[in-house]
Amino acid sequence: MHRHPPINPDAPVAVRVENLHKRFGPLEVLKGVSLTAREGAAIALIGSSGSGKSTLLRCINLLEVPDEGRITVGGDTIGLKKTRTGRTVPADPRQVDRIRTRLGMVFQSFNLWTHMTILENVIEAPVHVLGVPKAQAVDRARALLDKVGILAKADAYPVQLSGGQQQRAAIARALAMQPRVMLFDEPTSALDPELVGEVLLVIRQLADEGTTMIVVTHEMGFAREVASEVVFLHQGRIEEQGPPDKVLVNPDSERVRQFLARHLSG
Amino acid sequence: MNWQLMWDSLPTLLSGLPLTVQLVALAEVLGLGVAMGTALMRLSTSRIADAVARAYVFVFRGTPLLVQIFLIYYGLGQFPVIRESVLWVFLREPYWCAVLALMLNTGAYTSEIIRGAILSVPHGQMEAARACGMSRFLMFRRIVAPIAVRQALPAYGNEVILMVKASSLASTITLLEITGLARRLIAQTYAVFEIFILAGAIYLALNFLITRLIRFAEWRLTPYLRARA
Repeated sequence: MHRHPPINPDAPVAVRVENLHKRFGPLEVLKGVSLTAREGAAIALIGSSGSGKSTLLRCINLLEVPDEGRITVGGDTIGLKKTRTGRTVPADPRQVDRIRTRLGMVFQSFNLWTHMTILENVIEAPVHVLGVPKAQAVDRARALLDKVGILAKADAYPVQLSGGQQQRAAIARALAMQPRVMLFDEPTSALDPELVGEVLLVIRQLADEGTTMIVVTHEMGFAREVASEVVFLHQGRIEEQGPPDKVLVNPDSERVRQFLARHLSG
Repeated sequence: MNWQLMWDSLPTLLSGLPLTVQLVALAEVLGLGVAMGTALMRLSTSRIADAVARAYVFVFRGTPLLVQIFLIYYGLGQFPVIRESVLWVFLREPYWCAVLALMLNTGAYTSEIIRGAILSVPHGQMEAARACGMSRFLMFRRIVAPIAVRQALPAYGNEVILMVKASSLASTITLLEITGLARRLIAQTYAVFEIFILAGAIYLALNFLITRLIRFAEWRLTPYLRARA
């Protein structure tokens, strides 16, 4: 059976999250979550819907601003401050923009820019955010599109692609920034069942190459084969975490057992 | 129906076309700036900016353009402060009064078109932009504005057409654009029907042209919608 290559326990920390709290109105979605992703790790975040796994992922690149806690990306700790009304906001928006360039995000609903071709989608941020010369960005984009198997669609618009192709294009767009960490937010949940495989294949290939990634997923088979570590969230807290063979096969927590029973039989 | 008279009046009426086009073009260009600023004020987090923009739109959308034109042309000159200010250089000219009124009027309507278009940009499109490190300004320029423009174009085309027709009100403050010239010709010939039919036809032709231009712009700007087929 396929397994994630072992992680060097002394590898530098790519992302570290400490004591994260996030509240939406009266609902506390994260109740003090800490997580460390070393370089080369592939962390699968699993749990029932509403467990806070997507919120945790979205806090890492500040698409959601946590109410409390520390987020460190590649040694850079994101500065947060309280406003007079008590909301937490980034202390320096430019720091957030800078950190985001090191985190590649892939969304459940792809979110390709509809007014641009696939190639334009992939070169957009490298050219306009990083200042990469256009010719160089195009060469790199074509190589990435080739890698995810949709080079033939480079000049097509997103509406002309299937969901699976769009998601692969979105992965190429994220990779084009040469991020240190890839964040996947349920990358296959919006896809027809027959298209799930082609996207998981691309993500697995990236994991095998040693790309650091955090993946929110409902695909237990994928988590087991691709992840170096599985983190199970329940009601805003980490219920159990460890290697996939432990957490997904012989978990300590009764909740994880029940979750797995539901998900493996279904 | 006096065809000969219509034929003879055509050159005179057409000589008013440049002024009509000028009034509309100036009002639209300046009004677009006003509209953009107003829309951004309405979308800003500042309550004061929002309230000011809201009041402006409320007043200029809620009162007749003719009343606005009269207030600016006849009304403002009543105040010595204005007569003695630099503004008087412009405000004593009916031309600039008409441009000002048309600009403020179209600015109010267009700001709502722009605001609606910006709000219609899907959230996910902006989230993808933020996630790759775009600043707010860059995101606006590269993602929000292009999508919003395409969204706004049909409604904006409507607004330009309304402005072409509204510009005829400039004739009430002595400007000799198409309608002004028509009224003068009618005073000389009493051929109300012939002359106004002709004037109407010129407006119709102008608006036909504008409709086509807008449709062409829409076609050019939306290759991704055509690509679907």
